[in-house]
Amino acid sequence: MAELTYIGADTPRPDTPAKAAGTACYIHDLSRPGMLHGAIKRSEHPHARILRVDTARAEKLPGVRAVITGFDTPELRIGFQRDNVALKRDKVRALRDEVAAVAAIDPDVAAEALDLIEVEYEPLPAVFSPEEALRPGAPLVHEQNADGSPRGDNRLNLTFSHASGDLEAARRASAHVVRGTFSTPRIQQCCMGTAGCIAEFEASGNLTMWAKTQIPFLAQRDFNWALAAMGLAGRNTRVIVPALGGGFGSGLDTHVYEYIAILLAWRSGKPVKVLFDRDGEFTHLSPRQSATVTIEQGCDASGHLTFRDTQVVQDNGAYASWGATYPSVMLLPATSLYRVDAVRFDAELVYTNNTYCQAMRGYGNPELTWALESGLDELAQAAGIDPVELRLANCNQPGELTPMGLQVRTCGLRECLEQTRDKLDWSVKRGRQGKLRRGIGLASLIHVGGSGRIYRSDASGIILRLDDFGNVYVASGGVEMGQGLHSALTLTVAESLGVLPERVHIQQTDTATCPWDVGTHASRGAFTACNAALMAVEELRGRIQEIAAQHYPAEVARNRKRAKGAELAAYDPSGAPPEGFEIRDGLVRHADAPEEPWAAVPLERLLRAAHFRKGGQMLVAEAFYDPPSELPDWQKGVGNMSATYVYGTQGVEVEVDVETGRVRLLKVVAVHDVGRVLNRQTLEGQTYGALAQGIGYALYEEIVSRAGRIENPNFTDYKSPTVVELNLDIDLEFLETDDETGPFGAKGVGEPGLVPTAPAIANAIYDAVGVRLRDLPMTPERVLAALVAQQGKE
Amino acid sequence: MCDVTRQELTFILNGEEVTAAVSGSDLLIDVLRRDLGALGTKDGCGKGRCGACTVLVDGVPVNACLYPAPEVQGRSIVTIEGLAGAGGTLSPVQRAFVERGGIQCGFCSPGMILSVQALLERDPVPSDAAISEALVGNLCRCTGYKQIFDSVRRAAELLAQGGGDRG
Repeated sequence: MAELTYIGADTPRPDTPAKAAGTACYIHDLSRPGMLHGAIKRSEHPHARILRVDTARAEKLPGVRAVITGFDTPELRIGFQRDNVALKRDKVRALRDEVAAVAAIDPDVAAEALDLIEVEYEPLPAVFSPEEALRPGAPLVHEQNADGSPRGDNRLNLTFSHASGDLEAARRASAHVVRGTFSTPRIQQCCMGTAGCIAEFEASGNLTMWAKTQIPFLAQRDFNWALAAMGLAGRNTRVIVPALGGGFGSGLDTHVYEYIAILLAWRSGKPVKVLFDRDGEFTHLSPRQSATVTIEQGCDASGHLTFRDTQVVQDNGAYASWGATYPSVMLLPATSLYRVDAVRFDAELVYTNNTYCQAMRGYGNPELTWALESGLDELAQAAGIDPVELRLANCNQPGELTPMGLQVRTCGLRECLEQTRDKLDWSVKRGRQGKLRRGIGLASLIHVGGSGRIYRSDASGIILRLDDFGNVYVASGGVEMGQGLHSALTLTVAESLGVLPERVHIQQTDTATCPWDVGTHASRGAFTACNAALMAVEELRGRIQEIAAQHYPAEVARNRKRAKGAELAAYDPSGAPPEGFEIRDGLVRHADAPEEPWAAVPLERLLRAAHFRKGGQMLVAEAFYDPPSELPDWQKGVGNMSATYVYGTQGVEVEVDVETGRVRLLKVVAVHDVGRVLNRQTLEGQTYGALAQGIGYALYEEIVSRAGRIENPNFTDYKSPTVVELNLDIDLEFLETDDETGPFGAKGVGEPGLVPTAPAIANAIYDAVGVRLRDLPMTPERVLAALVAQQGKE
Repeated sequence: MCDVTRQELTFILNGEEVTAAVSGSDLLIDVLRRDLGALGTKDGCGKGRCGACTVLVDGVPVNACLYPAPEVQGRSIVTIEGLAGAGGTLSPVQRAFVERGGIQCGFCSPGMILSVQALLERDPVPSDAAISEALVGNLCRCTGYKQIFDSVRRAAELLAQGGGDRG
């Protein structure tokens, strides 16, 4: 690896001084002249026919500027299945469903107006679990598809499956087979900054949206569709992304509230802000999908995996967001974590009258890995093989082509497993601390590390612009939501171009000024944006070298003149070839020049020399990077969806209180193959943060819902980890495998840190007290129940 | 909106005397964000459970989303805007959070930083347990708190070195 100045160092992030000062501007902090406040009237039933909506009293309330319903606005179809509409007209399918909306001069008036809207319903029987929803004769959540064709049952029209190898033969040939069913709950992304937007129609008739989104360009497309449906075809939406108080997948779709804000802004002729409070965020925004995974795995007598058979059922809720495509990512571990030739995978997404779900960090991978890695420990036990040895015997290798068709380039899984094992003192502690109720366990992961192609284009555009002062302005369509994209981009540009990081300025993400980017998801932000930046820098460097060839000799002559009196070595750069010019720390010098201060010309002087002359020029370079990957065939579950893949292993030591069922984490180890460390501080921060979410998922977090009603919509009853739970001994290690596809060798790292945490903890609990937990979160109640059940058996 | 029971309050905000007309049901966060434009104070939950709205009232951290506005009469309030020095120079605690990666999305940061400010004023060399106790009411979803611990230790160092006159 080449010697680098900024990449790999521990540099602070460029976006944090404003956040520390309290001057970063979130959607909560924005307002527009004349802005109104929108509020949404929600359903009172999980499933009901709407008979009548009466808004007369609300319209008369002083301060109310617009009241809208599905009966007096154009139908705006939402979601990639087009199965949702902004304002419901025929029926409501969940308690969060939108039946009317108000824009008023302040939030209090808007709330008061909602209470004056009368809605008459005819309640319908409802279904609240996939089991209920799939029973013969179950009430249909949707009677029709978006195209009007009738529906026969509550299954979504989405197929994700895979079959390779001779599964039945492999099953028969197995010496050991273990089957188990594992479940994961709905959880909330819990962005500290709640969701919201401002919609404003400009005098030109075009729309500007300030949106809390991770997909500004797909949002532009979605909102332009909405404008067309409103009879405003040809109008354009500009999406501006303010500082985001977290994302974690919650900004991967456009949301009903955004379309309602557009309708209210159009009706009132004023900018309209819709902002969620915390209860509203828990109750009316989409959480992570829950999942039930049944997995059967077999091995031969020596521990080599023979087959893996996985069935997934997901409670999708009432409408399909992109979250309905979790199985696209579940396919990765199901087919490609450890080597196994005979694989079957099937997933069923089921409509229910629960809240509909959406993306969250990891996107199906934690759900599947929870079952897979718990199941592997059970298989190891059945085979009488040490769990680490079983995993090492089946470890993925560089150069491997997996059943899904994933082309493994670099792969540090073996080292991740071995290092985690050693850091846990495996040979000393495993299976030997039962008397202390202490145990150790580990689990691994595979994830996309070179973006994940789920659209036809998986690209990121970038524009780099230099000014007269040597500043570099970076316009990227990627979204900084706290993860550190701006840090990675700043250091990449500084390192590759040869300027100081403080000369690099990342522009606010805005579809009017930034080039297209598919979105910040799939751990792709830094991978794709930095690859695009490197392409643009190459072009800039060439042009700077040409400018230098022209103007460097005169600038050096000026320098020498100023340095008069000193003894100057003879040097004449005239006619030096452009490729010999180097840029370092914002200074340009020729490779043949003596190591003297006068031979270094500040970049800005060359830029000004090129600018302020007849026929002058200023430097702008753009690039569009689309990673080398393919869009999979989801029905076959085959396709190399990412340019490269990441691996990692996490291990924990736990102590189980058998009186209370409480699980205490004594030590956490995480070893991740990251390709290359771009910025150590940012990478550590992202991994610690993901681990914390993994620990929350494993032990504490669950959205409790009864008959479609969310019963813990606040931070009192929903347990997001605090500093107390995270006051832990965490041993973090990054393995640098230097992937040829990555910027400086780096792979995407946004999600992996939370993927294997829960099964590692479950495997450690088993080692400590001999009970196998199958449902997340592993609360004291569940651990205690498992301990009691075990005592009953003995 | 047609509140007739408004009362005039006078208090010190970040060292300057200010006045605001509030109703009896207003909370401190309303006065700060709505009336005084002190938008650095964040509203994360409205229930005193996340700590994003933490401000210092006479040096004591409180949740501005629970604190009745009329109670601030005659008191001294410090918000995140009150920490930085001339020309926007960050205070030692703010600087420590930047240096040690204690900030990601930044929404919890103003409240977190003010809780730390109060902690270090009463306990200049806090133990991990003392840090935990002081920050248990400040939720963060991004960092996993590890680099927040690091930031607090760094802030203690900077303050001990006399890292500025605004400690």
